Amino acid sequence: MKHQHVAVVGAAETTEMGVIPNLTELQLHADAALNALADAGLTAADIDGIACAGVAPDVLASYLGVTPTWIDGTHIGGSSFMLHVRHAMVAIQAGHCKTVIITHGESGRSAVGAAGFPEFFAGRLGGEFEVPYGGNIPPTMFTIPALRYLKEFDLTIEDLAQVAVAQRKWAALNPRATFKDPITIDDVLNSKMIAYPFTLLMCCLRTDGGGALILTSADRAKDFSQPPVYILGTGESCEGPMISQMEDYTTSRAFRVAGEIAFAEAGIERDDVDHVMIYDAFAHVPLYGLEDLGFCKPGEAAGFIRDGHTSLGGKLPTNTNGGGLSYMHSGMYGMYAMQESVRQIRGLAPAQVPGAKISVALGIGGMFSVSGTIIFGNELP
Amino acid sequence: MSKNSSERLLPRPSSESQHFWDGTKEGELRLQRCGDCGKSYFPPRPFCPFCSSRNVLVYPASGQATLYSYVINHLPTPGFDGPHAVAVVTLEEGPRMMTNIVDCEQTPDTLVLDMPLEVTFERQNDDITLPLFKPAS
Repeated sequence: MKHQHVAVVGAAETTEMGVIPNLTELQLHADAALNALADAGLTAADIDGIACAGVAPDVLASYLGVTPTWIDGTHIGGSSFMLHVRHAMVAIQAGHCKTVIITHGESGRSAVGAAGFPEFFAGRLGGEFEVPYGGNIPPTMFTIPALRYLKEFDLTIEDLAQVAVAQRKWAALNPRATFKDPITIDDVLNSKMIAYPFTLLMCCLRTDGGGALILTSADRAKDFSQPPVYILGTGESCEGPMISQMEDYTTSRAFRVAGEIAFAEAGIERDDVDHVMIYDAFAHVPLYGLEDLGFCKPGEAAGFIRDGHTSLGGKLPTNTNGGGLSYMHSGMYGMYAMQESVRQIRGLAPAQVPGAKISVALGIGGMFSVSGTIIFGNELP
Repeated sequence: MSKNSSERLLPRPSSESQHFWDGTKEGELRLQRCGDCGKSYFPPRPFCPFCSSRNVLVYPASGQATLYSYVINHLPTPGFDGPHAVAVVTLEEGPRMMTNIVDCEQTPDTLVLDMPLEVTFERQNDDITLPLFKPAS
């Protein structure tokens, strides 16, 4: 018997976004949670499942006033929330809970009550075999594969820069985006050098914010005020936290495995997809994402973006909130990617893709370490 | 490599990696190989990540490598003075490792992907000697 479907019935980001010096991370979780509850027309008393990363789920449950029968504290960086959605879907199908809240809150810029990052991004072995050489922060770790990628596909640094330019065009349409002013490839190339070939405008923001999703079964979802956004497909995988040990610098195994599972579960083809969100901590990541999810052949994503296919009016609008490069990035961006997918499927996005029916959100944890992909749709299959 | 006021962050060896750091002190780059499936691997651990065998041995690598990829970090980093390459090299035996490229300019024109490299050892203190790489002679 096929499991019954699960849907998003509440979705919201924090009231403010950007620099929020007066809220701790726990308060950001709660602000997002209260907004999502209001969006769904629920209170904490209606929630029986809770998942979050950054703060512990028991801390958040007691703070919000939730008595859960299902808890998930999976914390694997920016794709934690994709994995929470996948796990929550199965928990609802299994009857462990009926209504799940998934929250994110991060004081990534102001560092108020912040959990912060682990001592070594890549774990103890990374601390021993990467940190001594300067591989100790995302700009010197996540970025290392890019030069190999460019060489293998005969691409240039301009091909990286244009990713930031394309996303800024989307951000210009989003009132909540941190950066909205248009930029050129030259602007990107001439911005401050961070870690060659990456300049400042090829690197994500660091901001404060959060978001929350509420999930329930498809049969109950019809009774909510918002149109249900159904979970059509889900996938998760990991490769490993040490960037030096990633098996192939032209493709992410975690992206490929998680994406393939999600598309198989949804039973759809790439051509069926109307909208995509790809976690963009740095400008090269959307290139990997578009290829590893199967939207482009290896090495063809840069040309795909250059030809306008991911931009306004293109056949695959991508990162329509402006992305981590221009919208916001608190550190674990995956929640914001899914928020934009939900807005697009509800038809309420600031830069709305006309008639968007199916949206794919790819999340990343660590530096190509973990991946979760969620496929959303406005209709049951 | 010159140092600024703050020191380079140094590794803290564990029981599973002590052989590696003993090796670098003696001017030897030590890898591990599986006694069952024959594959080499890195970083150190007391079992084979390909076939799960505990029958593994330590052996000296040739020290020859090629440049797989890198960034030139312009951000202030403890122990580094100015822009420096954070590199990943492919060892002749197959495994890859992060390192720094020394004895050459830290510029894109000088640091060419796939260039041949050879290991060189830089003593940090009584316990730690780091394996760095330089253009092959």
